Amino acid sequence: MNINWRDSAFFCAAIVALLSVFATSADAKDWGPYQVDDRRSGYTFMTDESRAMQADNFQNPGMLWVEQGADLWEKVEGKANKSCSTCHGESGESMKNVAVTYPVYDQATKKLQNVEQQINHCREKNMEAKPYKWESGEMLSMSTFINYQSLGTPVAVKTDGAAAPFFEKGKAFYNQRRGQLDMGCKHCHEDNPGGMIRANTLSQGQGNGFPTYRLKWQKVGSLHRRFRGCNKQVRAKPYGYGSDEYTNLELYVKSRGQGLPVETPAVRN
Amino acid sequence: MSKKQALAGITRREALLLAAGASMVVAGGVVLGGGAAHADQKMIDDALMKLIGDKKPIDGKISLDLPQIAENGNTVPVGVTVDSPMTADNYVKAVHLFADGNPSPEVASLFFTVMSGKASASTRMRLAKTQNIIAVAEMSDGSTYRAKQEVKVTIGGCGG
Amino acid sequence: MAKNVKPRVRVPKKAAKGDIVEIKTLISHKMESGRRKGKDGKLVPQSIINKVSVTFNGKPVFDADWHPAISANPYMSFFAKVEESGEFAFKWIDDDGSIYEKKAKITVA
Repeated sequence: MNINWRDSAFFCAAIVALLSVFATSADAKDWGPYQVDDRRSGYTFMTDESRAMQADNFQNPGMLWVEQGADLWEKVEGKANKSCSTCHGESGESMKNVAVTYPVYDQATKKLQNVEQQINHCREKNMEAKPYKWESGEMLSMSTFINYQSLGTPVAVKTDGAAAPFFEKGKAFYNQRRGQLDMGCKHCHEDNPGGMIRANTLSQGQGNGFPTYRLKWQKVGSLHRRFRGCNKQVRAKPYGYGSDEYTNLELYVKSRGQGLPVETPAVRN
Repeated sequence: MSKKQALAGITRREALLLAAGASMVVAGGVVLGGGAAHADQKMIDDALMKLIGDKKPIDGKISLDLPQIAENGNTVPVGVTVDSPMTADNYVKAVHLFADGNPSPEVASLFFTVMSGKASASTRMRLAKTQNIIAVAEMSDGSTYRAKQEVKVTIGGCGG
Repeated sequence: MAKNVKPRVRVPKKAAKGDIVEIKTLISHKMESGRRKGKDGKLVPQSIINKVSVTFNGKPVFDADWHPAISANPYMSFFAKVEESGEFAFKWIDDDGSIYEKKAKITVA
């Protein structure tokens, strides 16, 4: 039987387009810092209630992870008997606006390094402590805490120089069809943002709110977790957390949102 | 037509019919919720009986703050406010919240005191599907009131 | 005790006598509903916070009974009329018997 998966995917989307009565079409609105040229933060695709949940610094469930991260920042761990604050000072202030450039090219490993990988690099090399497991409570808390220090600051990743070949790999991944549904990231996030996928609104797939509190997960999760979910949903085998493929993709995704403000921890569907 | 072609033709037709039938069964299962997947009126009546006895609440005094469409059924903001002076001789004792489409209808019971100052509270709840939220308020003088509002809950994404 | 349960509360630091202040609470908790199937296909047993209790200077202000329909990482806000300075005490009681607590002071002029 000759099943065209591409057709079935578009069929699915077409059925749902009929439900676009519920679509929040927010094209004419002034989104302030949440829109730069035609780049729109995921914030602009959410409902009013979810935006309110994110904006209220107390109510935002992601803040529970920021608090955990603040505690972990002071925790002495590893053979070197240090905590993050030993080298970086108290309260994470030294991390202010640091995350906006990540992932960056790392001279030692000769490839890109994102915030999570940087955290483990510090833990292993400087604290002589065990690395955090990628999607563990500790890693998410620490990463959320560090990204949170850049709240409101525009994403400013470097895609040239040593980072260029990795950027190109990430871009190629983004545009590559994959999985049984034979779709690439671009088919949803570049070709159809604002459209409906069943009863959800497709966003541009920006990364400026990560790690994010996703209502679906009922907890904070990393960008790589989201990549894995997206790959699984087109029935493609997902890559590993912290894999080269996803770290390269992360640089490309962040560059698509260059200039959008860091919103970590964002609240997303 | 060769035997092989004939077999292939029938198989394909049958396969298509089977697929269509199967998908209808699956869809039906989803629609019907596969058994006792949501509260019925008796469950709500029983729950209410336990909380307020056989009082019959009348409409009024309660305003519910709910989204029209829930972004995601597992985190739906809900606020409830009851019109009351909240004085020692006239205050709201409790507000009970129900979701009539959930597997069990009880969501929360909120107990106010004169020290509350205002009979108003908000929280976030899980809703299994589109349904009504029912609030029942018990006043200090024994009277009871009710309010009802629908929230649309959808399945999202390519895979839920 | 459920892992990593962290409560946070927001109480205004100051208020005037007779003011009605809004109090917000948030606590990290999975609120396992008892309806979710685990990786082994079996239902994961219910484990939620089932009661919240708030007092001011020892007197009850607001209580709530929670059911599995309350979302994970539960948020709740309510009001309190303050006539004197003092301390709010918050208690969250878990199905497993654990009690999580938090206190917050307010100065009332």
